[in-house]
Amino acid sequence: MLELKHIEKYYNQGTVNEMCLFDDFSLTINQGEFVSVVGSNGSGKTSMLNLICGSIPLDGGRILINGKDITKMPEFKRQRTIGRVYQNPAVGTCPNMTILENMSMADTKGKPFNLRWGTDRQRITHYRELLSSLGLGLEDKLDVKVGVLSGGQRQAMALLMSTMTPIEFLILDEHTAALDPKTAETIMELTGKIVKEKNLTAIMVTHNLRYAVEYGNRLLMMHQGQTVLDCSGDEKTSLRVEDLLEQFNAISIECGN
Amino acid sequence: MSIILGVINEGLIYALMALGVYITYSILDFPDLSVDSTFPLGAAVAATMILAGVPPFLTLFIAFAAGALAGTATGLIHVKLKVRDLLSGIIVMTALYSINLSITDNKANLPIFSQETIFENAFIDGLAKPLSEYSTVIILLLIVLVVKILLDLYMKTRSGYLLRAVGDNETLVTSLAKDKGSVKILGLALANGLAALSGAVYCQQKGFFEISIGTGTIVMGLASVIIGTKVFSRFGKIKATTAVILGTIVYKACISAAMAMGLKTLYMKLITSLFFLIILVVSENRKKKVR
Repeated sequence: MLELKHIEKYYNQGTVNEMCLFDDFSLTINQGEFVSVVGSNGSGKTSMLNLICGSIPLDGGRILINGKDITKMPEFKRQRTIGRVYQNPAVGTCPNMTILENMSMADTKGKPFNLRWGTDRQRITHYRELLSSLGLGLEDKLDVKVGVLSGGQRQAMALLMSTMTPIEFLILDEHTAALDPKTAETIMELTGKIVKEKNLTAIMVTHNLRYAVEYGNRLLMMHQGQTVLDCSGDEKTSLRVEDLLEQFNAISIECGN
Repeated sequence: MSIILGVINEGLIYALMALGVYITYSILDFPDLSVDSTFPLGAAVAATMILAGVPPFLTLFIAFAAGALAGTATGLIHVKLKVRDLLSGIIVMTALYSINLSITDNKANLPIFSQETIFENAFIDGLAKPLSEYSTVIILLLIVLVVKILLDLYMKTRSGYLLRAVGDNETLVTSLAKDKGSVKILGLALANGLAALSGAVYCQQKGFFEISIGTGTIVMGLASVIIGTKVFSRFGKIKATTAVILGTIVYKACISAAMAMGLKTLYMKLITSLFFLIILVVSENRKKKVR
């Protein structure tokens, strides 16, 4: 379970451009929930993910994972239980290292990075199986550098790598936004499959309303650092893209544009 | 013949340092200027210890450790105190000048001619004629090969993977739940350890320590790394470490060719930097760094 309690976050604090993003923002995400988060630019979606992962500091409030306070825990330590896929496919892999080396590193997550061999030869068959599940033919390119792969192939690998070791949370930060429609579809299907198979708790920020409606069992719409829509269960199942668009328009009118 | 041998000797000595620069510049993408002072640090440590009666072979390890410590300082300044990479190197480089002098008890020049070194000792003297003539180059070759092989092996370990990853994509290291800062510190320690080892070997081969031997080390190292990785990588599958060693020898050959054409020694550093500039321009390596 992930709890955000009374979060406060300001940008440019102490200057004339001071902006309050979160003021007493609270959110609880339960075990096994797959939450899609939508909202206009600047509504705080990505900031929320960054706060959860510890990429940016927090000005007030607390963050708890399974009841344990992680507010002061540095970013890299939090990643032990978190897998994260970014919008930019280049961020999830090492371009100058081979597919095999990347897979081996991801497999070592949580274990000590000591002087044992980086690649365990006995695990190669397992890596091949994982890669062939992507259906991109990567299993035959183990010694190819990841830098020569296409964005879609790299994002598929990034997704695979971030979920290879046991994690509790999967954070997806607009992970299909930089991909062409067909590849985006493939990656999204893969995401749904992995989340289901591994029974992960996932938070997915997306601008694609259809994905937000089709995937996940809870939906949040954010606006100016607040959740303006939070539905799950039957309410979520019956939700349509049109309803979301209506909500979006309502918010925009409030803002006067 | 003796000129060629001299070039190879010098090339091999500096190749140890160039391997260190390869770690910081090519792998970590960190322009580390501290090598300018960790090279003489190694020399100072080795010379002082040899005069104190420490076995010459052992001084190599101690010099490596001293260099690694200095590299750790550069890393800590950069990572923990958040000082820019270039400036952290300059801070340590400047500070080490005084430390190097304090190691040699404030002597800017410390000859060790009459002492036993890894190149001159009872064992080497006992060797037969053809072997004894080439003993220096053989010893250097052995040291460089051992270091190269160890480095190649290290790069294939889990820790080595992480080192390569941190220069390639820092975010991924964080995603792997590892502190990217400590990985950088480790890389800097390793690189400066190698620079100090290089200095220790240098002073034993030349027979003296001199405070100014480090000036321009970084330029030499960078030039060697760029020649090595840009030129030799074109010849099929050659390991980067091998390329760097060959690059250093080629670089030394070019400098000594310029000298052989009648240039005065006082222009040495001028030639060194002009040559480096040419390499940068030809290899088009400037685009990445200059904005």
